[in-house]
Amino acid sequence: MALLKSCVRSGRNVFAVILRRELHKTAPALVQVTVRDALTQAMDEELERDERVFLLGEEVAQYDGAYKVSRGLWKKYGDKRIIDTPITEMGFAGIAVGSAMAGLRPICEFMTFNFSMQAIDQIINSAAKTSYMSAGLQSVPIVFRGPNGHSAGVAAQHSQCFAAWYGHCPGLKVLSPWSAEDAKGLLKAAIRDDNPVVFLENELLYGVAFEVSEEAQSKDFVVPIGKAKVERQGTRITLVSHSRYVGHCLDAAAVLAKEGIECEVINLRSIRPLDMETIESSVAKTNHLVTVEGGWPQFGVGAEICARIMEGPAFNYLDAPVIRVTGVDIPMPYAKILEDNSVPQIKDIIISVKKSLNI
Amino acid sequence: MRLSLNSMRKMLTIISNVLKGSASKNVARVVAARTYADFTAEATFDVKKCDTHRLDDAPPTKSVLTREDALKYYRTMQVIRRMELKADQLYKQKIIRGFCHLSDGQEACAVGIEAGIKPTDHLITAYRAHGYTYTRGVSVREILAELTGRRGGCAKGKGGSMHMYANNFYGGNGIVGAQVPLGAGVALACKYLDTDQVCATLYGDGAANQGQIFEAYNMASLWKLPCIFICENNKYAMGTSVERSSASTEYYKRGDFIPGLRVDGMDILCVKEATKYAADLCRAGKGPIVMELQTYRYHGHSMSDPGVSYRTREEIQEVRSKSDPISLLKDRMLANNMASVEELKEIDVQVRKEIEEAAQFATTDPEPPLEELCNHIFNNDAPLEVRGTLPWAKLKSIS
Repeated sequence: MALLKSCVRSGRNVFAVILRRELHKTAPALVQVTVRDALTQAMDEELERDERVFLLGEEVAQYDGAYKVSRGLWKKYGDKRIIDTPITEMGFAGIAVGSAMAGLRPICEFMTFNFSMQAIDQIINSAAKTSYMSAGLQSVPIVFRGPNGHSAGVAAQHSQCFAAWYGHCPGLKVLSPWSAEDAKGLLKAAIRDDNPVVFLENELLYGVAFEVSEEAQSKDFVVPIGKAKVERQGTRITLVSHSRYVGHCLDAAAVLAKEGIECEVINLRSIRPLDMETIESSVAKTNHLVTVEGGWPQFGVGAEICARIMEGPAFNYLDAPVIRVTGVDIPMPYAKILEDNSVPQIKDIIISVKKSLNI
Repeated sequence: MRLSLNSMRKMLTIISNVLKGSASKNVARVVAARTYADFTAEATFDVKKCDTHRLDDAPPTKSVLTREDALKYYRTMQVIRRMELKADQLYKQKIIRGFCHLSDGQEACAVGIEAGIKPTDHLITAYRAHGYTYTRGVSVREILAELTGRRGGCAKGKGGSMHMYANNFYGGNGIVGAQVPLGAGVALACKYLDTDQVCATLYGDGAANQGQIFEAYNMASLWKLPCIFICENNKYAMGTSVERSSASTEYYKRGDFIPGLRVDGMDILCVKEATKYAADLCRAGKGPIVMELQTYRYHGHSMSDPGVSYRTREEIQEVRSKSDPISLLKDRMLANNMASVEELKEIDVQVRKEIEEAAQFATTDPEPPLEELCNHIFNNDAPLEVRGTLPWAKLKSIS
């Protein structure tokens, strides 16, 4: 099932590629990698590359990671570099920030970003603002990572999306990968960055496999922070999303393509800085924009995109108001039917496209 | 040797001039007449025994002090004292704005801790940080100019009173208690990088009840971090006395499973010996340790607090007359002939001059240029565009 889904996502027939490879033996070696494995690889490579890099968080060592993202790392690197912490987010996030100030390069894992709220003072006041307050004297090279947004059936306290909260704050870089390539390249870039980076993963994406190019398999492959990626070229309308909903946008685009509506799908990759240039160029071409996110609507990522579109040159290219597809403005319910209807569905995206195009 | 009448007359004139000079205001001449060989080079002083928690021994009750060190400590404490009083003055003139938390009365803590650790060790504290900024190596000039928000300030005017940094000094932190996990993190780095360095992590009696401190105690103890947790107990957290805020005021025991020391924070030698003891313990891999310094602040919590609504003027006056840290050191030095009254007065004059010059700089140095507004958001990063107050205002930020 996952393979089929990823076939649809990659937009072409994987099997055909494999056949072609056997015949010509010149096509690059694509491999299927899950987002989880991509993250593990990224951390493994960076731990190997730089001795100052280390991972701390709950269950990251002997449990192999609550979601198995750090599987194998403790066996390979030991207690010094893969550290299990007690359940004390504020304390261990502060310790991670302090260690970064003193020359180490910590990766601080939150079991989910919901728990980062307990540590948010350390992330914002101790990490994000320090370079500015010290006029550049004190750097904080730290990555805060973990699953963000809703999962499946984990209810209200475990389902919040923090993209808007962290995206609001200067001094932070905020990343939200979708594909395995995104996950690997962006995490490596984040670890190599000398500044605090909030890395928002998604639990539902961990098990999804994506094709990864040969280039992306290299140990030096990094994805630049602050650049969005056009996942699918189109001409009628622009769909902008981040994380899991990029997949939904591509699925909606596949359905709409059958009706002759070619959608351009942009994967933000970066919440802060936000790549408005890519969005604006696309809107100048298509004249229509729909944003899709899992988070709540008020003061969200889509709201920011709308405001910036309106303030910039792309406003004059719009033939219709921007439509935001968002999570429902409620705490996440538990029952499956309620949960399914609390988040954007593919049909919501299709309806929005048709509304924007007045079809 | 036979002296001529003339030369004898000359000698008499010289001697009488010297004698006249000693009666006059020209102190320098008298000092020149006494050599340093007249002063005690080194003396041993009794210091109060520290109360201990979970420790089999304690810091020594005798402290050896050289004349050189004594003069250095005296001078440093005077600099801090006068610098803080100057900040008070500048604040009342509205040249310093915002928050200004002064530490006059607590000088022995900053100077004593610095005497007990090495410059390669690390230190982090909260917002009553001007004294520590100085002992960790930032000049009075740069400190005062940061308080007045000028470009010559140690953080180029970007940080202000609570956000001053230096090598191995991590501020200056505004959020009560947040600096304690940070300090434990610095200690983690010391251990990780296999240095023999320690981190002195300071907090006040008000912060001592913060949950994150107990989280830091737990991890520091689990992982045996070389962290000296130092509680500067000045009896009042803003207007709340320790009895009104804490179910247990024995802050040196609050680390529970972590050994602790209670130290006389007004005696610089007691602080020095305790700090050295704590640092040695950490360097031997037996850290962490908690140290409570019993001290007192003369000023209110900050410049907006007169400091007399929750304590009596009599109490403040009593501490000033009986336990002032600078007076205590001065009395010891004079009683043991380690320096002369005039010599110490000379130091006072020099210190006043240094502070005056620094204040002069701090009030005349220009404010930071507006072009710098957005700089330093990130470290070691490409220049980026920052939104200004208006949508079309695209400001530039460089690292």
